[in-house]
Amino acid sequence: MSTYWNDKNSPMNPVSAPDFLPTEQMRELQLYRLQGVVKHCYDNVEFFKNRLDERSIAPGDIKTLEDIAKLPFAVKTDLRDNYPFGLFAVPMNDIVRLHASSGTTGKPIVVAYTEEDMKVWVNVMVRSLASCGVSSEDILQNAYGYGLFTGGLGLHCGAEALGATVIPISGGNTNKQIMLMKDFGSTVISVTPSYFLHVVEVASEMGISIKDLPLRVGIFGAEPWTFEMRARIEEQAGIKAYDIYGLSEIIGPGVGVECSAQNGLHIFEDHFYPEIIDSDTGEVLPDGTEGELVLTTLTKQAIPMIRYRTRDITKIMTEKCKCGRTIRRIEKISTRSDDMMIIRGVNVFPSQIEAALLAIEGTLPHYMIYLTKEHDLDCLEVKVEINSAQFGDTVSAIEGLKSRIAESIKSVVGVSVKVTLVEPKTIERSQGKAKRVIDLRNNK
Amino acid sequence: MKIQQLSLFIENKPGHLISICSDLDKYGINILALSLADTTSFGILRLIVNDWEKAKTALEADGHVVNITEVVAIEVPNDPGGLVKVLDVMDASEINIEYMYAFAGNPELNTAALIFRFDKPDVAVEILRNAGISGVDPIDVFN
Repeated sequence: MSTYWNDKNSPMNPVSAPDFLPTEQMRELQLYRLQGVVKHCYDNVEFFKNRLDERSIAPGDIKTLEDIAKLPFAVKTDLRDNYPFGLFAVPMNDIVRLHASSGTTGKPIVVAYTEEDMKVWVNVMVRSLASCGVSSEDILQNAYGYGLFTGGLGLHCGAEALGATVIPISGGNTNKQIMLMKDFGSTVISVTPSYFLHVVEVASEMGISIKDLPLRVGIFGAEPWTFEMRARIEEQAGIKAYDIYGLSEIIGPGVGVECSAQNGLHIFEDHFYPEIIDSDTGEVLPDGTEGELVLTTLTKQAIPMIRYRTRDITKIMTEKCKCGRTIRRIEKISTRSDDMMIIRGVNVFPSQIEAALLAIEGTLPHYMIYLTKEHDLDCLEVKVEINSAQFGDTVSAIEGLKSRIAESIKSVVGVSVKVTLVEPKTIERSQGKAKRVIDLRNNK
Repeated sequence: MKIQQLSLFIENKPGHLISICSDLDKYGINILALSLADTTSFGILRLIVNDWEKAKTALEADGHVVNITEVVAIEVPNDPGGLVKVLDVMDASEINIEYMYAFAGNPELNTAALIFRFDKPDVAVEILRNAGISGVDPIDVFN
């Protein structure tokens, strides 16, 4: 059994076979499925039917894949407005699972799965794990939160179906994470990158180097993270860090994932059809151009999503991937248009600040961005923890470090920044999705 | 003549200095000399203690950023012009003093002790020895 799954990159692996489908066949399959899902929505979701009727579009108008551009977009507020069950396309009797977003702004977003949807989710999760080199011989410590959040159970079901040994530890409880990682010999961890950094740090305080443990692969997702952050994680923990992408509105984790090439995330486009659009005009952009990722669920039954705007900024990569997969890749997402900060009229993303900070040798990835107003002017302050390796013994050495960080950030974002160095472990560590920005501008 | 000095990064906020001093107290470490360089947002506390290794371990365990720097302890006559003699020697040799501060004096011998951070500590020690300037030995300091 092990050799069967270990041959994870082989087209002979029946579960991963669609990853290697010739492009023409994939397009044919996508069109067939797109026509099906549009009809399914039109027949069963009143909200969707009204939208098409308003535009005088009939499901039969979808004759080519390009015709998808005729269909209206769906956005997060559509889910919120139809809370809880307004967008269901099947009777409740057919629903086997409900998940919901944390709902930080009012009502949560509800997502649902039929038995068939669960099979699709498990399928894309198995393919995701195989793409990261995980096999049935692995012991996977799942540190994503279990519960309404799709991360925990999504990873769990996929890893179990793959035949790996799953440790359903969930998020938090850092000392226990480290103890089990050591005692059980976990070879894979699935976790948010920010929480993993915290685990590495606490382990080091306990005198345990993650490098010396059997851990070899990290499956990181649920928050944007930069290439620079990956370099730090791989170096500090001696593992391969792979990015997994997903969102509850589409299915949860397993929409896309990196492969051994670690160069872009393959989208499981037999189930999730990707488009890149211009965020302002809604116009579809050609492959290779940066814009907002829009996804259509081609097979989802419970809550199909037609042209869902993800708010994630990326592009579809055009070159063939070294790993041999033919399914298209998107560039690693490090920015969400939702995270964009407007500072003195300039658009700034937290990921740009992270990349600029980590470009300075010896800096730690523990930082917090503060936005304040001074005399009606936006002020950007970045608090960064200092470590002993960087700490020169003179004031000029520390001032030098501060100005190097400030210059690096300013050169990237184009806004001057106040850098404040703080003592170690004074910036709060995240147990799940990291909060990196504190905006105090509207509190006055 | 050469002594290990602890340097600590501290935020310029109430309560930060006392937490360091309490740690040292807890481990029975005595501060022999100190200097505090301050800026608006942070300070660097420089300490000469009786057991620097123990102090470093204790402070790092409590999450402080500690650096060890080699400094030079020199004994000068407690008279007008006592310091000038040392500075003259260093000036002639183009050794830069990054910072300095006073140490405890010895009333019996009418001497004062000074801590110097030179850009080239080893060269500085050589030059001082040749000029007949006596250093303060770690053993004398710590006992």
